[in-house]
Amino acid sequence: MAAAVECCFVPVKGRRAKPVSNTSQNSGEVRGLAARVQKQFGSGKDPFQLSVEFTAPPGIHILFGPSGAGKTTLLECLAGLSRPDGGCIAVGERVLFDSAREIDLPVARRSIAYVFQTLALFPHLTVEGNVQYGLAHLPAQQKQSRARAVLESFRVEQLLHRKPDEISGGERQRVALARSLVTDPCLLLLDEPLAALDPATKSTIIADLREWNAAHNIPILYVTHSREEVFALGERVIALDRGRILAQGTPQEVLAAPRHEMLAQAAGFENLFDATITALHEAHGTMTCRIAGGVELEVPLARVAAGSAVRLAIRAGDILVATEPPRGLSARNVIPGKLLALERRGVTVVATVDCGPRFEVHLTPSAVHALDLHAGRDLWLVIKTYSCHLVWS
Amino acid sequence: MDTQALFLSLKLALSVCAILMVVGTPVAYWLSVSRWRWKFLVESVVAMPLVLPPTVLGFYVLVALGPRSPLGRAYAALFGHGLAFTFAGLVFASVLYSLPFAVQPMAQAFESVDRKLVNASAVLGASRVRTFFRIILPLARNGVIVAAVLSFAHTLGEFGVVLMVGGDIPGATRTVSIAIYDNVQALNYAAANTTALALLVVSFLALAVVFAVNRQAWRRPWSVASSR
Repeated sequence: MAAAVECCFVPVKGRRAKPVSNTSQNSGEVRGLAARVQKQFGSGKDPFQLSVEFTAPPGIHILFGPSGAGKTTLLECLAGLSRPDGGCIAVGERVLFDSAREIDLPVARRSIAYVFQTLALFPHLTVEGNVQYGLAHLPAQQKQSRARAVLESFRVEQLLHRKPDEISGGERQRVALARSLVTDPCLLLLDEPLAALDPATKSTIIADLREWNAAHNIPILYVTHSREEVFALGERVIALDRGRILAQGTPQEVLAAPRHEMLAQAAGFENLFDATITALHEAHGTMTCRIAGGVELEVPLARVAAGSAVRLAIRAGDILVATEPPRGLSARNVIPGKLLALERRGVTVVATVDCGPRFEVHLTPSAVHALDLHAGRDLWLVIKTYSCHLVWS
Repeated sequence: MDTQALFLSLKLALSVCAILMVVGTPVAYWLSVSRWRWKFLVESVVAMPLVLPPTVLGFYVLVALGPRSPLGRAYAALFGHGLAFTFAGLVFASVLYSLPFAVQPMAQAFESVDRKLVNASAVLGASRVRTFFRIILPLARNGVIVAAVLSFAHTLGEFGVVLMVGGDIPGATRTVSIAIYDNVQALNYAAANTTALALLVVSFLALAVVFAVNRQAWRRPWSVASSR
């Protein structure tokens, strides 16, 4: 690990590359991923530039960002399917790529597992054939036993002789994971592999993956653009946008108080307003900011000057609704408005309230029923100071 | 019916088909993966027999096989006789003439194999050769069948190149199409008719196989057209 980090982040001169072993049998030793990747696409006015630097110790890491952020490109660079313009990629002490030392291990020798978004199961081979594919170097007997063992740990051993188009979506995901992991990889890359699955299937697959990794202890990069997956899976989140890392940390750190507009939107802040700071109240720990329509809100104190323009993010689920002017509340922001529309989405009712600017408020059907809400009704929105988040775009 | 000519034609078509499967496959694979900027030149050369008059191709092959060319001299030195007006010379010319019919369907089929599957194979540690034989070739099976049938049928029906390179030697270079021509010249319409009918039926069957494969009459879910 130390050597890898050194190689990546400090130029090491006059040292030979270590002989790279072909196996990646984990001997209880901790092997983290250390990557610095630079790659540019296209030219002209607006070339896309991927430029990231991060480390990932063993465990599940969520690579999170909107489409076009460069997530898949990053995975392809790590796997060797795409060649970075510069940088260094190492897992433990194994250097996979180093532009300075002109090391570029071919894909087939990196022993990285990559589960593609489309899974890419070989349609003409059986489940067993697929899983054994990566074990070509082993004798038949061993191939068979290893394939069976990994299929068992992903609970699909009964599908051995089926073809990929004869099994269900969830089973295909399991087979794809088994096929990748049977080779004992040193790093697992998952490109939104579970995006199409229902939450229950997804969570059992994740549980099996966690169990597998408890024994093997490798870094897993899991690409997603789904906020639910970020909270559900991640021990650690790396947020990527337009080729850069915006933030990394626990899901709570990255998404609960987003400092970036991309993250705010992704984290489910339905209400985003342009705002101007009109006054600072250091003694009270708050600031006043004005949003469109002249509505003023008290927000937590931050290091910004009065008069500066910011973006204000409020979750639709963090807003309370009152049908009479509320009194005796700790919440500092009570805004009168008129209910414009109610729309039911699954078990949530989305209310649009006109307070000058429009707010989106999420309510339960029972709250709507108890308050007898209907379009045209006068309302008061109640927003805690700490529910107001300032973000920078 | 001139059965000798018919069998000669079948022998020629089978030989050419077999050689093209061996020679055409790597060319097709290269065309399907290469990102070389001058690739279009190779593509043009491969496709040339489609547009050239057979006499032009036949003429140059004849020159190339003749005693004044290095190829003709080398062959003569090895085997003691020239290539022109022999069965081997005919095979050589026919391979060139039918090359696009083998290469183009295969290149297209190789290209239509999902890149993700090729990448997945590489990630799983497979070499390019293994990926080709275990993934690309089985998935491009239909294209390979089409290529084999087309190169067989096209060789069976060729006339101009055979006449230029092979002449009209019974048992050595007189193919079915030449025999028909001879029969007509001799006003022997009945014989011409039976031979022509045989060729017609074989050609129809060959094309029926091609179209059936393309339409996936024996549908396999992983066949070329339906692979994602």
